[in-house]
Amino acid sequence: MAKFRKKNGNGQPAINTSSLPDIVFMLLFFFMVTTVMRQTDLKVKVVVPQATEIQKLEKKSLVSYVYIGSPSDNFKAQFGTAPRIQLNDAFATAKQIPEFIEKERAARSEAEVPFLTTSLKCDRDAKMGIVTDVKQELRKVSALKINYSSSLRTEVY
Amino acid sequence: MPKKSRSSPEINAGSMADIAFLLLIFFLVTTTIDTDKGIAIKLPPMPEENQPQEDLKLKERNVLKILVNSYDQLLVDGELTSIKDLKRKTKEFIDNPAGDPTLAETPMKAVISLKNDRGTSYNTYIQVHNELKAAYNELRNAMANAKFGKPFDKLNKEQTEEIQNYYRQVISEAEPENIGGTN
Repeated sequence: MAKFRKKNGNGQPAINTSSLPDIVFMLLFFFMVTTVMRQTDLKVKVVVPQATEIQKLEKKSLVSYVYIGSPSDNFKAQFGTAPRIQLNDAFATAKQIPEFIEKERAARSEAEVPFLTTSLKCDRDAKMGIVTDVKQELRKVSALKINYSSSLRTEVY
Repeated sequence: MPKKSRSSPEINAGSMADIAFLLLIFFLVTTTIDTDKGIAIKLPPMPEENQPQEDLKLKERNVLKILVNSYDQLLVDGELTSIKDLKRKTKEFIDNPAGDPTLAETPMKAVISLKNDRGTSYNTYIQVHNELKAAYNELRNAMANAKFGKPFDKLNKEQTEEIQNYYRQVISEAEPENIGGTN
């Protein structure tokens, strides 16, 4: 008995936490690697046009994205090559845009709704016809703040 | 004495986890998914159905008509123009330094009317918008420098408003027509 008591005399042995930093570092690296944009899987090819007079979009959380471009290689057999609209993760038609905007609005608080911006990420080779259809649908639901996504052009022509 | 120096003290790694957590949180917060940039536009509201379309009477000289066809060619006030000249022409139209009777009376009255075909490429459309915006930005900057000695984006609110009221940037977009065949 005496022996027994002596063993437990020091209290509980401390848990070895020397590997905790390693675990946390592993997590850290995992996040650093995986946070590289996983917004939506793009099903359309979008190469945005270049422009010089561009502005940064301020609030990320208040932006909804509409993608327009020709279907990427995996979807060519199914959907052809004509430019199409993508909302969230699926192909859509212009008619579905009001519904999409309503959903985006419902996800935000009422005070934020007037500041919602729609970012049109359109391929530079798309035709204005499809873009105009989208614009008209946006006007119908009064989503008037839009942003034509483009990259900065450095060279002057 | 020699006994003491032999055993090297252990480094306390207990706070290592905290440091790593701090880093982790820092990265979680700051990783920005590629910044989105672009040309900001405000669409005009949809006209009410039962509301009669009021005809805005604008003097011909105050409207710069830009037409873009499905071959991405530009017609500016009846003249075939390349995109390179669009900015210069727009600035001339808005400012009208020579007092030309065919160009805008004052910058405040200037309206740019843009009409494109359904077959116009999106790239051309953006380039046109870009040039128009560039024209206005340059004019606003020039005025800001002349009047307040500062570039436009460094002005305070009242000064900005004053210039924005002078160079108002009214771009009216007509609904495109489907003339040019391919869509």
